[in-house]
Amino acid sequence: MAMTTFYEEIRKNKLKSAFLVSGFIAVVLLLGYFVGLIWGRDYAMFGLLVATLIAIVMSLVSYYHSDKIALASVGARPVTREEYPYYVNTVEGLALAAGIPMPRTYIIETPAMNAFATGRDPEHAAIAVTTGLLERCNRLELEGVIAHEISHIKNYDIRLMSMVVVLVGLVVIFSEIMLRSLFFGGGRRRSEGEGQGEGVVYLVLMLLGLAFLIISPILAQLLQLAISRRREFLADASAAMLTRYPEGLASALEKLTVEAKPFPQASNAVAHLFIVQPFRARVKPGKRYKTSIWDTHPPVEERIRRLRAMAGLEGMRGPEQG
Amino acid sequence: MVALIVVLAVLGLVILYVIFYYNKLIRLRNQVDNAWHQIDVQLKRRYDLIPNLVETVRGYAAHEKEVLERVVQARAMGIGAQTVGEQAQAENAITQALKTLFAVAENYPDLKANQNFLMLQEELAGTESKIAYARQFYNDMVMTYDTARQRFPGNLIASMFSGVFTPREYFEIELAAEREVPKVSF
Repeated sequence: MAMTTFYEEIRKNKLKSAFLVSGFIAVVLLLGYFVGLIWGRDYAMFGLLVATLIAIVMSLVSYYHSDKIALASVGARPVTREEYPYYVNTVEGLALAAGIPMPRTYIIETPAMNAFATGRDPEHAAIAVTTGLLERCNRLELEGVIAHEISHIKNYDIRLMSMVVVLVGLVVIFSEIMLRSLFFGGGRRRSEGEGQGEGVVYLVLMLLGLAFLIISPILAQLLQLAISRRREFLADASAAMLTRYPEGLASALEKLTVEAKPFPQASNAVAHLFIVQPFRARVKPGKRYKTSIWDTHPPVEERIRRLRAMAGLEGMRGPEQG
Repeated sequence: MVALIVVLAVLGLVILYVIFYYNKLIRLRNQVDNAWHQIDVQLKRRYDLIPNLVETVRGYAAHEKEVLERVVQARAMGIGAQTVGEQAQAENAITQALKTLFAVAENYPDLKANQNFLMLQEELAGTESKIAYARQFYNDMVMTYDTARQRFPGNLIASMFSGVFTPREYFEIELAAEREVPKVSF
């Protein structure tokens, strides 16, 4: 039955996300440990402690403020029902369908077509869409897009992604600091009087640590992108579940890609939040976008294909007839 | 002695399971009732909008008495509804009556140009779709609750406390148009 497979998919995804985030935290802590180790053998535990503290503080800050930062960075402004009754009513309707409180509604003034959701939980969430999207999508397409964003909120993707972004940032900063201090006079305070055997172990650990420092930021960013892509598929599936009409979102995605316009406000830092990857440069018409591991989103063609395949499932409406 | 411990342990586990499942059923039942409340909010909103609409339309199309009367009656029926079934029936009547009203309004260009009328139309259309979404969520919740009540061994616990876990009705659509299966003839 359609219902069970959806809930099954949500459950599996939650499990995988928890696993990935724990992996991230382990990497941050390990980095702290190595940082301490390279500084001097007695500082390993100290490094671990500092890394834990910084990770906690940064996570708390992102937990409470990531939504405001994200909204401000793309120049979103809050709108009321009086200003955009159509948009606000759609958000309210889909929030009802998902059984979550009504999120705050924002718009971004730009001809580019895109949308995103942010916040820490369904009680503190916001949705932003561009004016370009409101102008050029029909009701069914807008419902599909909003349902996708509502799903990000309901599945707690919004919290997960802001946490992951902070953790990735930490990994990058840590390894940067360490590599610098290593090359510019770090590692002076090695404890005295170590035996020959211990020295070898220490050296091996140091080399391991160094290798780890170099590859961890790259791995961390790739992991972040992999999580981001995975959540998009899930949000598409949940959106189809909410509207019971996968074609709405499929056709919106098609429109968003085919009629893509540059969206300079969307920086790299927030690209993963949006429903489709924002283009910063002008896109040549007809030129197919090549997928890479640096994408924040899965290929749109694949998302559309999966959505259209869902149209055949029980309880779903197919493309409108007549 | 060992036998006694085993019996007690099993008994303890059974009691724990009953408590766990009882709480789960309570949670699901409250979710259903909360989902119903969400529909109710939207229904009330629609009841509040209708008198305004009727007055506006009357100003331009006074002799469309029959259509207006049907809207007013359907609304009264909705307000007076006691059960989920009655409510669903009344709501379907309102939806139908409004559809006719908006269709009739097409014949009155002055009415169609009226700002107030346009605003009411957008609001009612918005409320209509919110009712549909709230109903979908409510029905999903009823299904989850029903499944938990009917599944073995949950059904034993549900029947043990049958006064607490009373069944909840689905909010069904009875519109002929929405029910109709398109006939294919060769």
